[in-house]
Amino acid sequence: MAYFLQQLINGVTLGSIYGLIAIGYTMVYGIIGMINFAHGDIFMVGAFIALIAFLALTAIGVTAIPLALLLVLIIAIGLTAVWGWTVERVAYRPLRESFRLAPLITAIGMSIVLQNFIQIAQGARVKPLQPVVTGGYELFQQGSFTVIVSNIQILIVVTTVLVMTGFWLLISRTALGRSQRACEQDRLMAALSGVDVDRTISLTFVLGAGLAAVAGLLYLLYYGVIDFFIGFVVGIKAFTAAVFGGIGSIPGAMLGGLIIGLIETFWSAYFSIEYKDVAAFSMLAIVLIFFPTGLLGRPEVEKV
Amino acid sequence: MADTGKTRDQKLVSALTDSLLAAIIAFALFSLVLGLRTVDGATGLTLEPRPGLLLTVVAIVFFGRLALNLFVWQTQYPLTTPFAKLFNIEPFDRRDLVTLGAALVFGAVWFATGLVLGEAVYELLGIVVLLFVGLGLLRRWLVQRFPNLPYTQIFIAGGIIFALFFPIVTYALESVFRFGMPLRYWFDLSILILTYVMLGWGLNIVVGLAGLLDLGYVAFYAVGAYTFALLATQFGLGFWVCLPIAGAAAALWGIILGFPVLRLRGDYLAIVTLAFGEIIRIVLLNWTEVTGGPNGVAGIPKPTFFGLPFSPFAEGMTFSKFFGIPYDGLHALIFLYYLILILALVTNAVTLRLRRLPVGRAWEAMREDQIACRSLGINTTLTKLSAFATGAMFGGLAGAFFATRQGFVSPESFTFIESAIILAIVVLGGMGSQLGVAIAAVVMVGGFEALRHTAGLQAIFGEEFDPALYRMLLFGIAMVGIMVWRPRGLVSARAPTISLGDADRISGDLVRQGRG
Repeated sequence: MAYFLQQLINGVTLGSIYGLIAIGYTMVYGIIGMINFAHGDIFMVGAFIALIAFLALTAIGVTAIPLALLLVLIIAIGLTAVWGWTVERVAYRPLRESFRLAPLITAIGMSIVLQNFIQIAQGARVKPLQPVVTGGYELFQQGSFTVIVSNIQILIVVTTVLVMTGFWLLISRTALGRSQRACEQDRLMAALSGVDVDRTISLTFVLGAGLAAVAGLLYLLYYGVIDFFIGFVVGIKAFTAAVFGGIGSIPGAMLGGLIIGLIETFWSAYFSIEYKDVAAFSMLAIVLIFFPTGLLGRPEVEKV
Repeated sequence: MADTGKTRDQKLVSALTDSLLAAIIAFALFSLVLGLRTVDGATGLTLEPRPGLLLTVVAIVFFGRLALNLFVWQTQYPLTTPFAKLFNIEPFDRRDLVTLGAALVFGAVWFATGLVLGEAVYELLGIVVLLFVGLGLLRRWLVQRFPNLPYTQIFIAGGIIFALFFPIVTYALESVFRFGMPLRYWFDLSILILTYVMLGWGLNIVVGLAGLLDLGYVAFYAVGAYTFALLATQFGLGFWVCLPIAGAAAALWGIILGFPVLRLRGDYLAIVTLAFGEIIRIVLLNWTEVTGGPNGVAGIPKPTFFGLPFSPFAEGMTFSKFFGIPYDGLHALIFLYYLILILALVTNAVTLRLRRLPVGRAWEAMREDQIACRSLGINTTLTKLSAFATGAMFGGLAGAFFATRQGFVSPESFTFIESAIILAIVVLGGMGSQLGVAIAAVVMVGGFEALRHTAGLQAIFGEEFDPALYRMLLFGIAMVGIMVWRPRGLVSARAPTISLGDADRISGDLVRQGRG
C-alpha cells in the first residue's frame, strides 16, 4: 500500500510534465490539424534554455533560489516561445495549403534540425545540474518503507496546476481564446469575420512552446540531467497523452498526461523498467485503434 | 513582395527594417543556446561565453536577409529570374545573359582558387555552380533543338547501363593500368547508395503508391536483418535460403502490425507505425537471450558465389580457384554490388508490374480518394494491407543483404533516424516516382559522403570542426527546405500509369496524396 502510494505520487508528478507538453500537441492539432512532430524538441530546447539561464544567473550572482527560478521561468518561456514562433513561420506556414502530409514531413525535418543544432552547439554529453530544490516530507511509514513527497514534486504539481489554470482562463475568457476556438471550427469563416488567422495560429505555437518551456524547466529540476535527445521519447509520450485525452481537447490533454504518467510509473514499478517505453507506445496504438476519439474528444466525421 | 509603387528609398528602409527584425529574432533564438556553451567544470557545469560566434550568426542573418530583400524580393528584376528561365525555356534577354555569365565566371574563379590553394571546399562550390548553370544551359539547348526526344527514357537507360558496367569497367581498367583509384571505397559507397535506392523503392510502394505514411519502415529492415543473422548463425543456413525467409518474415510482420492500424487516418497511422518501429527496436535491445541485446549478432557469414566462398584461406574450392584467377578482396565487393543491384532492380520491376495490375491501380486510386474507392467496391483494408506487406517484404530483403554485407547487426542500426532518412529519400525524390527516388538516394547518400571529405572546411572553421557532425543538421535543413521550395519533390511530373487515349504528363500538383 505504501509502495503503491509512493508510485501514485511519482506518477502524478511525471503526468503533470506530460500534460503540459500534451497541450502543445493538442492545440496545434485542433487548430491546423497537423501533428507538430517538432514539439518534443521544442520542449528539449526549453530545458536547455532553462539550464543555461540558471547557470548564467548563478554566475552573475543571483543565488536566491526562488528569485532565480522565477527569472529562469520567465526567460525560458520567452525564448522558447520565439523558437516555437520561428518553427511555425519557417516550416509550417508556407505549407498550410499544401497536401496533408507535407507539414508532417517538414516537422520531422525540424525535429532533426533542432536535435542536431543543440548537439552541435552544446555538445552531445548529458548535462547534469546539482539538485536545486531539495528536501521533502515523510507522509507515513509502513514497515521499512517510507512514503516521501519531496519539495520538488510539490513544486511541479503546484506549478502545473497554476500554469494550467492561467492557461485555461486565457483560452476560455479572452479574445485570443475566442479567435483560437473560432479558427479551430472554421478557418475561412473566422477570417471572414475579422479574425487574423495567421496571427492566431502563430500565437497558438507561441503558447504551446511556452508551456513546453515550463515543462522543460520542471523536467530539468526533477531529473537533474538533460541531453539533446530527451525531446523524442518524451514528445511521443506527450503526444500519446494528447490522443488519449482526445486530440483537440485541452482538458483531455491534461487528463491524458496524468494517465500516461501513471501508466508509465506503475509499469516501471511493478513490471519491468526496460519495457516502460514499450508500455507507453503500445498504449498509443491501443488507444488509437479502439478509441480513436480519446476520452474527451469529439468524433470526427469523414467528409467527401 | 515586389510592390512597384514604392520609391527606392522606401524600399531600402523597408528592407532594412525587415532585416533588422530578423536579426533581433535570430539574437533571441541563439543568445543562450549558441552564445553560451555549457562545459563540464570542476564543480559541475560552467558556462563559456562565445560572443564572436553569436555576433557572426546574427550578422549572417542580417546581411543575408538584406541581400535577399534588395536583390530578390523587393526588386522588379529578381536575381533568380535567369536561373528560373534556364529551366522553363523562356527566352533570355541581355540582363539574364549577363547574370548567367557572371555566375559562370564566379564558379570558374572559385574552382580555380580551390585548385591553387588545394581547398576542396572552394572546388566543390565552384563545381556546384558550374554544373548547375552548365547542365541547365545544355538541357535548355537540347530541349530547344530536339524537342521530341524521349529524354527521361534515355536518362534511365543511361543510368542502368552505367550501374551495370561501373564496377566491371573500373576494375578492369584498374587491373590493367593501375591508376591507383580507391576502388574499395567507391564500391562500398555505391553498395550503400544502392541499398538506400532499394529501401526507397520499397517504401515508395507504401508511401508513394498507396499514400500511407509509414514512419517505422526501418522495423521491417531490422526484421529482415535479424531473421537472416539468427538463421545463419544459429542454424547455419545460407544466404540464398534465408533471403526469401527474411522477406517472408518481414511481410508477415507487416501484416501483423498493419492489420490493427490500417483503419487509422493518415497522420495517426504515421505515429503508430513510428511507435511500432520503436517497440521492435526496444525489444531487440532488451531480449538479450535471442538477439544478443545491445551487443547484437556477430559472425554472420559472408555471401558465397553460389557456394564458392570469397576467401584466400577457405578449404576446398573458392571463387578465385574455380575461375583460375588470383585472389582479390575486391571480388567479394563486386559480387555484393551486383547482388544489391539485382535486388533493387527486382524491386523496381515488381513495382512497375504491380502498378499495372488491379491491385496497383487500387493502391493509386486509394491514395487519391479513399471514400470513392470504397464506394466502387474496393476493399480498402485488404488493399492497404497488401501495400504494407509488399513494402515490408522488400525492406526485409534489403535487411538480409545488409546483415550479410556487415557481418554484424545490432539495434543501433535501426533507429528512427534511419526511417526518417529513407522517408526523406522517397519524399524529396517525389512520391511515387521511381526515377526521383533513385536520384534522391544518390544525391542524399552521395552528398553526405562528399561532406565527409571536405577537409578544407576545417581550414575555415578551425581544427575541432567535424563535418560529420553537421551531416544530420544539413540533412534536416534540406528536408525542410526542399519541402517548402518544392513540396512535390525533385521529380514531380509523372505519367499516369493507366489512361484513356493519350497519356498526358500531369504535374504533381494535380495529384492529391497522403490522405490514407
